[in-house]
Amino acid sequence: MKAYAAAARERLTGRELGALPVTAALAVIMIVFSSLNSHFLSSENLTNLALQMAATGTISLGVIMVLLLGEIDLSVGSVSGLCAVVMTIQTVRHGLHPLLAVLLALAAGAAIGLLHGLMFTRIGMPSFVVTLSGLIGWQGLLIYLLGKGGTINLPFDGSIAKLSDTWLPDALSWTLAAVITAVYAAVAVLTRRARAGLDLPFEPVLRPALRITALAALLAIVVRILTTDRGVPLTLVIFASLVVVLDVLIRHTVAGRRMYAVGGNAEAARRSGINVTRVRTLAFVASGTIAAFGGVLAASRLSAVNQNSGGSDILLNAIAAAVIGGVSLFGGRGRTYAALLGILVIQSITNGMLLLNVDSSVRFMVTALVLALAVALDSLARKGRPEGLG
Amino acid sequence: MAALLAVRGVIKRYGPVRALAGVDLEVRAGEVVALVGDNGAGKSTLIKVVSGVTHADEGVITLDGRPVTVRGPHDAQALGISTVHQDLALCENLDVVANLFLGHEQRRFSWLRELRMERTARDLLASLDVRIPEIRTPVAALSGGQRQSVAIARALIGEPRLVILDEPTAALGVEQTAQVLALVRRLRDRGLAVLLISHNLVDVTAVSDRVAVLRLGSNAGEFTTREATQEMIVAAITGAGYGS
Ligand SMILES: Nc1ncnc2c1ncn2[C@@H]1O[C@H](COP(=O)(O)OP(=O)(O)O)[C@@H](O)[C@H]1O
Ligand SMILES: [Mg+2]
Repeated sequence: MKAYAAAARERLTGRELGALPVTAALAVIMIVFSSLNSHFLSSENLTNLALQMAATGTISLGVIMVLLLGEIDLSVGSVSGLCAVVMTIQTVRHGLHPLLAVLLALAAGAAIGLLHGLMFTRIGMPSFVVTLSGLIGWQGLLIYLLGKGGTINLPFDGSIAKLSDTWLPDALSWTLAAVITAVYAAVAVLTRRARAGLDLPFEPVLRPALRITALAALLAIVVRILTTDRGVPLTLVIFASLVVVLDVLIRHTVAGRRMYAVGGNAEAARRSGINVTRVRTLAFVASGTIAAFGGVLAASRLSAVNQNSGGSDILLNAIAAAVIGGVSLFGGRGRTYAALLGILVIQSITNGMLLLNVDSSVRFMVTALVLALAVALDSLARKGRPEGLG
Repeated sequence: MAALLAVRGVIKRYGPVRALAGVDLEVRAGEVVALVGDNGAGKSTLIKVVSGVTHADEGVITLDGRPVTVRGPHDAQALGISTVHQDLALCENLDVVANLFLGHEQRRFSWLRELRMERTARDLLASLDVRIPEIRTPVAALSGGQRQSVAIARALIGEPRLVILDEPTAALGVEQTAQVLALVRRLRDRGLAVLLISHNLVDVTAVSDRVAVLRLGSNAGEFTTREATQEMIVAAITGAGYGS
């Protein structure tokens, strides 16, 4: 119990705020917009919100892989666009099977990430510069590949476009929510039992029970809202699964642990025998691959690729989402849920302001304010840490 | 008995600075050797060479009489050399368990065996009489003494043959210093070789079997602790003419 009191104090002193600020921000945004416009919390609008999140949210996941190391990847937007173009050209012009085309896009993203990683680790170029030139160069290649037309449409009835127009049947949605809750509960029970078996301290039963109930309630609300409109969109399920799977991977595998270690203190990681170069390269490969998948989702939603694919504010939103969600720019801190929560904040602001017919100038300024607040919190948390090395 | 670790004629330059100008040192199993010297004498540099953090410009390192190359920290660890550096080198964002097993994670394939590591960590800390209330919070939240204890405990995870401690008591209070020294004796009793760097001659005479003195990057004397007085050691450190 004492330990939990200590953990609670830790939270309150502001050192480990975690998802608290972003959740609070989200609540404020929801309340403000719903009071200004009754349509904001309607099923239809929330479904649109869910659809708008998936692509940029996925790209944000890739950015997190690199941010965790305390580095930056500015190329994810361009890479997502380029890989989507590669996929589209292969499947539309050369008749490649859509699944193979998607895999090809992922491979291209991985190869680009590998190149960035090697330039960063082997040549020692700052990641900022490597990926800045990536941002420009890959967009150049994208425009070159698109050629004169500048736009290639994906067939509306093709499986790639269908990806964004597939809705889970209501029964399946409810079953899925139930299964997720059951798995979560089972893991909690098994972990508790395993801890007891090894004579390790374990939580009082009330806490996991509360968490399971909260998860069940949250899923029920989401499914209830989405099923009153068109249903749960497949892309939302894909994005959410990516968030969860990546979180489990980076927190429970050796490679993931080493990513956090390198981000926390690269010299300490090196001295403990960790191959820092390999970890860094891996992070860039992951970032490129995930960005490519985000590009596939974006192309699917638009049913096309064009010179703007992966451009405009996608990169900035992806990075901002990660930081707003609580990933530290200084490395070593943050979880993949930041992508989900952060993109939810950004898209809510965008969506809400569009509903209110507010000029985009105001939308930019409000988004900037939220971002600045998030970075300020991150910087203050770092300053508050004693003898911070990271 | 051949020395577990021997270094011969180690030279290390940092630009114009000769941090080490041809140093010899031996450490045997079951022995605590104290390495002393004034600030800037080259103590930290010497152990960085041995632990693979930097490379010597010249000189040989032998283990059990066989020459070895230590290209990086990983090599040193594989050879059974474990080091606690002066700057501890902990990952402040990770918890105690993660820090203890950093680079040596227990795993099933690629999967971390979190609970097993926590069990081992708790047992290890208990056997060393290290008390940390919550080993699952980030190290950033621990006190200096607790961090030092974590760093020393970590040196024991890989079952090393030689443990090197760089100024382990410098940042500690009286009670924690006594605990660390007791811990050093326990390491020796387990048959490990210990190389202890310290400024504190009281600590040195209390715990070591031999004392090696460095001065301006060179050997400046070696004593059997039992037969040496603090005055003799101080004279060697300051270059007043006793010893070698
Ligand atoms: N990374 C470095 N770069 C340049 N000079 C260094 C470096 N590390 C140590 N030195 C120099 O080498 C000498 C020995 O330093 P060090 O081994 O840290 O001494 P000690 O640990 O005995 O106090 C000092 O003159 C110091 O300034
Ligand atoms: Mg030193």
